[in-house]
Amino acid sequence: MREFLIGACGFVLATVILGLIRILRGPADADRMMATLLLGTGGIATLLLLGAAIGERAAVDVALTLALLAAFAAIAFTRAAPRDDA
Amino acid sequence: MKLAFDLWTFATISAGAFFFLAGTVGLLRFPDTPTRLHALTKADNLGLGLVVLGLLPQADGVLAGIKLVCIWLLVLLAASSVSQLIAATVRRGGGPR
Repeated sequence: MREFLIGACGFVLATVILGLIRILRGPADADRMMATLLLGTGGIATLLLLGAAIGERAAVDVALTLALLAAFAAIAFTRAAPRDDA
Repeated sequence: MKLAFDLWTFATISAGAFFFLAGTVGLLRFPDTPTRLHALTKADNLGLGLVVLGLLPQADGVLAGIKLVCIWLLVLLAASSVSQLIAATVRRGGGPR
């Protein structure tokens, strides 16, 4: 079970790293922000799998913090966008 | 009983990893920003949900399991609100430069 969890962890991490190609390509800033959101969701899954594999309970707390920070980052992005009525 | 739990974990985490792969492929291959947003926010949160469901039988106790589910619910709430906000920003003109 432990080997399977670590393998799944590595697989999810690899798909997230592949998704980061979208940051290089763009074209819009929103596309780059989406790759960051992918990093947030995939990072949470990676941390949960790793925490279950090595029996580290604190990884769940780190995943919770990452969930909150990913949401705040995206909200900061939309707040920084120029508005029509401004 | 343990075998049944382990089989459940194998099945759901494999399905979750597949949906993560699908989300990445969608993010890289779809033609424009709204379709990429659609691929990302749905496939990834489904993948995370399946991973959480697969980890539930391996959790230390009931409280640890509830915590995992709470993380998933927080991510679902955040992703659905944030995808609306980003889509509105894209429609308004592409976001900050």
